[in-house]
Amino acid sequence: MVRSSDDNEKKSLVKKLKDVEISVPIVYGNVAFWLGKKASEYQSHKWTVYVRGATNEDLSVVVKRVVFQLHSSFNNPIRAVESPPFELSESGWGEFEIAITLHFHTDVSDKPLHLYHHLKLYPEDDSGSLSVKKPVVVESYDEVVFAEPSEGLFARVQNHPAVIVPRLPAGFSLPPVPAEDADKRKRVDPKDNPLTQWFTNFSEADELLKLAAARQQVTMNLCIFI
Amino acid sequence: MDAKDILGLPKHSLPIPQEKKSRPHKDSQRKPDGISREVYALTGGVAPLMPSVDVNQLKKRHQPENEKITWEWLSFTSSARKDDLKLYHWVRVVNGTPPTGDYQFAKYNKSVDVIKYTDEEYEKHLTDPVISRAILIARAPSPADVSSHPLVKEPYNITQEIERKRALSMVLSQTKHQERKDADAAQDAELAITLNASPEHMEKTTAPVETGSPSNIQAASGVAPLMSMADNAAAAAASLRSLRVYLRTYALDQMVQAASSSAGLRTIKRVEQFLQELKVNLKPKVPTKAVCAEHLELRKEILTLLNLQKLLQNKEEGSSYREGSYTETPDTPKRLQRGIDQDRTFVPDSVSFGAISTERVGKRDQKRKGPGREAPSSPAQSNKRPRKLKTTDSHQENRNQY
Repeated sequence: MVRSSDDNEKKSLVKKLKDVEISVPIVYGNVAFWLGKKASEYQSHKWTVYVRGATNEDLSVVVKRVVFQLHSSFNNPIRAVESPPFELSESGWGEFEIAITLHFHTDVSDKPLHLYHHLKLYPEDDSGSLSVKKPVVVESYDEVVFAEPSEGLFARVQNHPAVIVPRLPAGFSLPPVPAEDADKRKRVDPKDNPLTQWFTNFSEADELLKLAAARQQVTMNLCIFI
Repeated sequence: MDAKDILGLPKHSLPIPQEKKSRPHKDSQRKPDGISREVYALTGGVAPLMPSVDVNQLKKRHQPENEKITWEWLSFTSSARKDDLKLYHWVRVVNGTPPTGDYQFAKYNKSVDVIKYTDEEYEKHLTDPVISRAILIARAPSPADVSSHPLVKEPYNITQEIERKRALSMVLSQTKHQERKDADAAQDAELAITLNASPEHMEKTTAPVETGSPSNIQAASGVAPLMSMADNAAAAAASLRSLRVYLRTYALDQMVQAASSSAGLRTIKRVEQFLQELKVNLKPKVPTKAVCAEHLELRKEILTLLNLQKLLQNKEEGSSYREGSYTETPDTPKRLQRGIDQDRTFVPDSVSFGAISTERVGKRDQKRKGPGREAPSSPAQSNKRPRKLKTTDSHQENRNQY
């Protein structure tokens, strides 16, 4: 399909792709370091709460800004982060629930998405002695699903490493979208961020295996009834 | 001795007669003049510390010297009385002239004018529903004052009220079954709306409405009384699509709920227990699209398995009443079945055949089907299947025969 007029192009940009979903795997959580000798009663830990791409990819392709809402005892408890890395560091002594709101670019969504993370400073096991070197890390994996994205959005993100896009049926042509400036596209270099070494590597393989085994088991049981 | 010390009693009995003597002395000394001994004792036996009322503060009655005051027992009349009854009381007479005027308490004789009406009068003049509203408005100093009064704000509309009350009583008297049907109807309506009534869905939604349902929801077009699991899933998927942006974990949650909608709370708990025994996380740690799909399928399969087991159990319990023992050919499927449900079954006496006692149940654990495969035990479900073998077969059972 060749689109000749500008109007047609604009229309196709917003046209929704039915039965198509694109997803962005994210990980959110916190890393907390005990301050050891430098710890005071009210500032015993230094922690960072964040939202990152599951493979450390740049989320700003879809995320415009992230707002972290901290405990009311903090000054200006509502903190907005306008550019990646979408993280917030603070020092304190208490564990509490942080409300994380993802705001997307206008062509992605006009509604924000809410996540909740319980800040963890102390290790699970009481016996675990507090160490200044090794932080407490708690992360959660999830995927943001964009159902029936517009053609324009699809075209914009289809080659971005942070986004999982399905293969479109052969012969389907998307409207041309200005290619993202390679320099502009800030790829969060893992070397730049000191926290990267503590991030968990989430792999679906293990879980898939367990699920497959479980399903097999149940199926065998079900055979009896046939 | 110590007790007497504590109580403060005299240690020796000798001083007592002395005390007795001294006490009456004391009393007679202290007795005041003017009032009797007992009365004095009422105030505590001692003179008051302070006078309760300062005598100087009391008003002196003014009795001018020129006036002669006498008190006379005279009769009087009261305007409050309708008869001529003459009563008597003490009157303060000044210089021989008695006081004039009405009885001082006559002014308090007030009465209330109560309006009485008969039933006919009421019906004729007073049953206008508009009247109270009119009164309120008429009495109000200004329209603004009265406009917030509920009567004025919403004028009474009798037909609307009758309808409203009828609907309300129907809603209140809904049974649980009808409530569920209503919820299904609402879901279907939502589904129809979000999918813009595409052709295939029109079919599903044009089933006739059951007249029993008092729902006031005007569904897009009639609604099937009970939605199947597939319908629930479709509805859930539709609502997710309408969200446009959502988390995968949220989506999985919705789908799981849709799939378990027909199951009771207990069944859902059993599914979760089953999952735990299979070493599967109730909420996947890495919820990718594939993982979520597998998880959902697994849950649905477990649900099916549990439902089938329950169905079989019910069926067997039902049919067991009818006949005596019928020999089940001890073919492999039944054996396998027993191998799998190796929980402590409670076999009610009325249902068990042969001389198989329930203690044998423990031995079932030995029979596991196939090498290496571990059948999950589901302790939650007590499978009450009666064993339908003859006594002789029981011995064979205990030996693994595969």
